[in-house]
Amino acid sequence: MNALLAMSTPMSWLMERLLEPLSHGFMVRALCVSALVGGVCGLLSCYMTLKGWALMGDAVSHAVLPGVVVAYALALPFSLGAFVFGVGSVALIGFVKQKSRVKEDAVIGLVFTGFFALGLVLASRTRSNIDLFHILFGNVLGISVADIQQTLLISTIVVVILVLLRRDLMLFCFDPTHARSIGINTGLLHYLLLSVLSLAAVAGLQTVGIILVVAMLVTPGATAYLLTDRFDRMTWLAILSSVVSSLLGVYISYWSDSSTAGCIVLVQTGLFLIAFLFAPRYGIFKSRSLPAMTASKD
Amino acid sequence: MMAPVDAFRTVDRLRIEAEGLCVDYNGTVALYDAGLCLKSGCICGLVGMNGAGKSTLFKALMGFIRPSRGIIRINGLPVAKAQREQAVAYVPQSEGIDCSFPVSVWDVVMMGRYGSMNLLRIPRESDRAAVRHALERVELLDLRDRPIGSLSGGQRKRTFLARAIAQRASVLLLDEPFNGVDVRTEKLMAQLFLQFRDEGRTILISTHDLSHVRDFCDLVVLINKTVLAYGETSEVFTPENIAMTFGGLPPNLITGPASSEELD
Repeated sequence: MNALLAMSTPMSWLMERLLEPLSHGFMVRALCVSALVGGVCGLLSCYMTLKGWALMGDAVSHAVLPGVVVAYALALPFSLGAFVFGVGSVALIGFVKQKSRVKEDAVIGLVFTGFFALGLVLASRTRSNIDLFHILFGNVLGISVADIQQTLLISTIVVVILVLLRRDLMLFCFDPTHARSIGINTGLLHYLLLSVLSLAAVAGLQTVGIILVVAMLVTPGATAYLLTDRFDRMTWLAILSSVVSSLLGVYISYWSDSSTAGCIVLVQTGLFLIAFLFAPRYGIFKSRSLPAMTASKD
Repeated sequence: MMAPVDAFRTVDRLRIEAEGLCVDYNGTVALYDAGLCLKSGCICGLVGMNGAGKSTLFKALMGFIRPSRGIIRINGLPVAKAQREQAVAYVPQSEGIDCSFPVSVWDVVMMGRYGSMNLLRIPRESDRAAVRHALERVELLDLRDRPIGSLSGGQRKRTFLARAIAQRASVLLLDEPFNGVDVRTEKLMAQLFLQFRDEGRTILISTHDLSHVRDFCDLVVLINKTVLAYGETSEVFTPENIAMTFGGLPPNLITGPASSEELD
């Protein structure tokens, strides 16, 4: 009898911990939205890491701030404003890079901080009920129904584009010269991918906020990249690790009463660390039975 | 629609026509009044110094840069149209490729088929057959599932050659194809180039390596900002012409080991 109790206690303790948060509507919403946004950003993160656009992701996510503030002030959907400023920042980066001798990383750095600073000033000057803290650090626990609808719409658009064009985008990341030489419009793909990035940044800022959204757009892809040599597997692993991080992060934040965004990103970073150390082929402590896939002689 | 394979055999069809080609980058002249005419079924060496305009000519032939003057036709068509018919394949120097990209040999060769697939790029049985056939020709079928990062330089080069074969391109542009490849690959490629010629394809090889030009190029184009000389290798590839192309250096210096400098 005692033994049976001892057996069941840890199980029931765990079940209670897992189920209790689900009795709150806000937790169910937070888990669903975070998982959705995590999956979408995870898929996109493969292209960002392979294309080398991590810094671009950082730039776009910061540059949407003035858009969010202006949209709130004008009572427009905030994603619209964010999208306009996200794409605008990218266009401006391209323009300044082309017309001046300043190198690209410097241009990216100065454009996105400029936009971000503009956003801060606008936010402090507009008498509205926007909470800057929520935009910067996310507020998934308090997400409104209207925001959920927007996130759902954005996610659908992003996923449809990425799924329909996944082969073209992969080729665009891998060998744009070949893509162009067989008649694929690489200029269009470039701007499409940047637009998708802006949209995903908007979706991500709901969950983890502007500051940390770049983690959602980079870390899952980097983790998956260490685990496989096949693109399709990489996308599934990235989505999986991202969704798991979101769900686990929300749970941990509930039970530890700490920042949700911080927890989600910490779990992502933790998963990356595990891959970094123990990935079968590319980890630091790689398994000896697998030959390193570096250049071999024939 | 895509031209059938047999189209390569059209006798004496003009593959590449370029006339009075001028290209400039923001005022810097890269190429002026360059002219070139290649028939189907020939191997042509493109020889010139770094910055002589070899890659500019390639880019113009692929439609990446719009010449400020002059016309280009591939298979009698404007470049953009020829592109859509999958007529031109570019085989890159493998140094320019991200070798840690998570794709297999099979995936890379399949990319040669994308242009002929529907928008979702879902391979049909004919696409798989074309990829298999191309891999057999470059002797890489056994390695088809290997990630490209695990290949040797020569194997990687053959992978990109297989992609051009799978694309069924009638014009092949090769950038330093013999740079850093093993003996086996070099032999196989030379053999394949001769086969391509007999199939009616036209091959333009940009190279520093003058010995290969002498060995199997039917034609040679010497360029330095413009086409200095062009014609049968036996007639054009003279020490005087080569010296002129390389700015007066004696040819024995040039025929030495290929320099490690980058193209343009």
